[in-house]
Amino acid sequence: MFETFSHILLQQYWWIIVSLLGAILVFLMFVQGGQTLIYTIGKTEDERTVLVNLLGRKWEFTFTTLVTFGGAFFASFPLFYSTSFGGAYWVWMLILIAFVVQAVSYEYRQKPNNFLGQRTYETLLFINGLLGTILIGTAVATFFTGSEFSVDKMNLTRITGSQMPVISEWKGLANGLEAAFNLQNLSLGLAVFFLARVLGLLYFMNRLRNAPMMERVRKQLLYNAIPFVVFFLTFVIWLMLSSGFAVDPATGIVSMETFKYFHNLIAMPVVAILLLLGVAMVLVGIIRPLTCFVKCGTKGIWLSGTGTILTVFSLFLLAGFNNTAYYPSTFDLQSSLTIQNSSSSHYTLTAMSYVSLMVPFVIAYIWYAWRSIDIKKIDIEEIKTESHVY
Amino acid sequence: MEHIDFSLVDWSRAQFALTAMYHWLFVPLTLGLSFIIAFMETLYFRTGNPEWKRMTKFWMSLFGVNFAIGVATGIILEFEFGTNWSNYSWFVGDIFGAPLAIEGIMAFFLESTFIAVMFFGWNKVSKKFHLVSTWLVAIGSNLSALWILVANAWMQYPTGMRFNPDTARNEMVNFWDVLFSPVAINKFLHTVLSAYILAAVFVVGVSAWFLLKNREHLFARKSIKVAAIFGLAASFLTIVTGDGSARNMAKYQPMKFAAMENLYVGQESAPLVAIGLLKEDQKEVNHKKQDFRFEIEIPSMLSYMAFLDLKAYVPGIKDLVHGNPERNILSFKEKSEKGKIAIQSLADFRNAKKAKNDSLAKNSLTKFEVNYPYFGYGYYAGRDEHELIPNIPLTFYSFRIMVGLGFHFIALFLVVLILTLKDKIEKKRFILYTALWTIPLAYIASELGWIVAEAGRQPWVIQDILPTIAAVSQIKPASVQITFWLFFILFTGLLIAEIKILTSQIKKGPAPESSEN
Ligand code: HEM
Repeated sequence: MFETFSHILLQQYWWIIVSLLGAILVFLMFVQGGQTLIYTIGKTEDERTVLVNLLGRKWEFTFTTLVTFGGAFFASFPLFYSTSFGGAYWVWMLILIAFVVQAVSYEYRQKPNNFLGQRTYETLLFINGLLGTILIGTAVATFFTGSEFSVDKMNLTRITGSQMPVISEWKGLANGLEAAFNLQNLSLGLAVFFLARVLGLLYFMNRLRNAPMMERVRKQLLYNAIPFVVFFLTFVIWLMLSSGFAVDPATGIVSMETFKYFHNLIAMPVVAILLLLGVAMVLVGIIRPLTCFVKCGTKGIWLSGTGTILTVFSLFLLAGFNNTAYYPSTFDLQSSLTIQNSSSSHYTLTAMSYVSLMVPFVIAYIWYAWRSIDIKKIDIEEIKTESHVY
Repeated sequence: MEHIDFSLVDWSRAQFALTAMYHWLFVPLTLGLSFIIAFMETLYFRTGNPEWKRMTKFWMSLFGVNFAIGVATGIILEFEFGTNWSNYSWFVGDIFGAPLAIEGIMAFFLESTFIAVMFFGWNKVSKKFHLVSTWLVAIGSNLSALWILVANAWMQYPTGMRFNPDTARNEMVNFWDVLFSPVAINKFLHTVLSAYILAAVFVVGVSAWFLLKNREHLFARKSIKVAAIFGLAASFLTIVTGDGSARNMAKYQPMKFAAMENLYVGQESAPLVAIGLLKEDQKEVNHKKQDFRFEIEIPSMLSYMAFLDLKAYVPGIKDLVHGNPERNILSFKEKSEKGKIAIQSLADFRNAKKAKNDSLAKNSLTKFEVNYPYFGYGYYAGRDEHELIPNIPLTFYSFRIMVGLGFHFIALFLVVLILTLKDKIEKKRFILYTALWTIPLAYIASELGWIVAEAGRQPWVIQDILPTIAAVSQIKPASVQITFWLFFILFTGLLIAEIKILTSQIKKGPAPESSEN
């Protein structure tokens, strides 16, 4: 079936998959957001343990999604992997380190004789929540604002002279960290950070059974929703007003186009609808529990979560579809990456597309497995009877 | 030629070696213990005997501690291909990326979903569903090993691909060739089987400690039985597959083979040095030549091991570097000349295409294709030919210690199994101590295996096609140096934490029987 698809169709299919994975990842970062709130919501040792255990049962999904996102991006758009990871070295390294420390913190936090002490592991969880969200948001923002690098495949043939035979060369000053000093990038980074906290709070609402904590959750929801909306709107309005990186489909030449992303929205009404719908769902998911807390407060995570997926998904499509360079170079426009010039071969994309058919099956068993163990809401009493506690 | 920044290459290699070796400290236990736990739970399911459940839960708790750090150290490796080996990621990403993505989709989700059921599902799902989940964890973790080892095998023996001069990279033309290459299958089996040995040694050793402390007799004896049987079976198969690895190596990576055996001059009916001590040949230091201080040989065995033929000719390091026309072996110089032509014709081809000079493009392409098998050697044109020789003592000793320990493990499994069956194990304190102290040896054997495989293939990232010097990312060596030390401190800290936690969990021992959770 996939063999018969044209190369561009496969490239689009894979851009959609990568976008979806990225979108699901941002939703699942409610774990990271929650990690930054353990001390804000949990005032006693027991309360904190409840929160850590609530998050601890989900952290692996976020983590696995991140790893799969990386793997899928590598397999489908290897030039991105090579250019961005090898160039924006420090951003990616910091993100990785933030995730390394997360993986052990849950398991080791309360274990006797754990070397670094409980507080350290809780701090590491906080660091993961803070750096992980802000830096990933910032890195994704460079899909629209661009970075400074050059790509020249001829470099591979440099066997004399004074330069390394390396294809991609980063020209930015701080190997990627310079992106964090761009206000537009930072506004997306902070939007992701506060969104993750909002989603974390909605998740707590959904799973907790403890009145005093719920009251704190509700207050925090408001405090975090406001900066989220401010930063997100800043980013989106800025995006609609800025020029973008257009690709000529016939020649592959990249040039600047004013209001490019706004044009993309107009040109792809489905994406526009998804974006608006997504944002609306996120907002309704936040507002409803604020207004009718007791009765309808527990489903917000699903509404806002789905909204997050739709929003991020449509942002990725804005970055890559409609003849747009999704990883633009401001140093050399013609080095910019497009879904066409950075993708894997027809054969590999075809093979991978068959593998992608397993995804619905994967989602189904995740759903089934979780439903069977997540039946009850959680309080400290339940955790004390568990044999595996974080 | 001063265009290669060696401090960058060396630090990048050091960082990869550091992170890979740390990761490998945790992976084998995950791979093997998951099966041992699944066996135990199956026995619980079959017999209903709560002792089996207690055992399952105890080993599962150790599994959890080890699993977390395995995950933590693993994520680095996946992304390091991009961050530190960016050229590599483009040059072979079309082939190498796919197994990584499949690993995520097929294996990691399976593992992480059912680990949750395994840990949190005890009183919530049926016994059967729980058992199935435990098995799925074992299958998931071993599947993930499959995909990453396929990727590694492909680097040792690139197959199923074709170089596309328009995109300047290798592209996959046959997925099944990549997946079912003889090297991939053998490597997967040898690696996971050796991991089962390690886990079995771990379980036997920890159980021996309980017996030494006069605790948990029933628990320990049962654990020893399960683990020793599992370990024995894995050991025999490890020898078979290890033998297969050596044969593949002789065929596809002759330099690695010659270095591992310290065979300087090739010969027919080559003997195998079972035990030997090396000393540097002072006259030929730049040739990296090593002499034997002393050796015990098995006549003709090396020829047999490599080619299943007692008389077969095995090429030596000298033949591979300086060539041997009689045996049809090209010298390094000839290969690097061809490689240089390949690289140059690639440049000509691309320039000609840009200039729309079709006939030049076509000529260059033909020239390129003829010489492509030596592409990687081109980066060494004009360099000292001895750079192509891997570290001989490192691979020579690593290999012998790995194999020697393999036989030690077999002996240990046999002895403890027989003694346990005869109900005499408690009294043999010497054996119990040996079992305990064999735990670190299993880790050593396992790491040494990777040293043979990876140090032995230097300087190649992809055999004959891409050397490390052309695979790195262009970053400041200082950046890599900093991340190296960051990882060093971070991973060492986590390792200390893991060992401390594991030992306290072990000292605490399995939960009392009454606890139904
Ligand atoms: C007893 C006979 C054994 C033989 C003949 C043997 C042979 C080999 C060979 C030739 C390699 C290199 C493969 C390559 O470079 O592609 C290798 C690698 C390796 N060995 Fe062994 N080995 C033996 C036992 C063991 C034991 C006991 C362990 C650990 C418990 C072990 C763990 C490994 C590992 C982890 C690797 C690296 C992965 C790989 O390349 O397959 N081996 N072995």
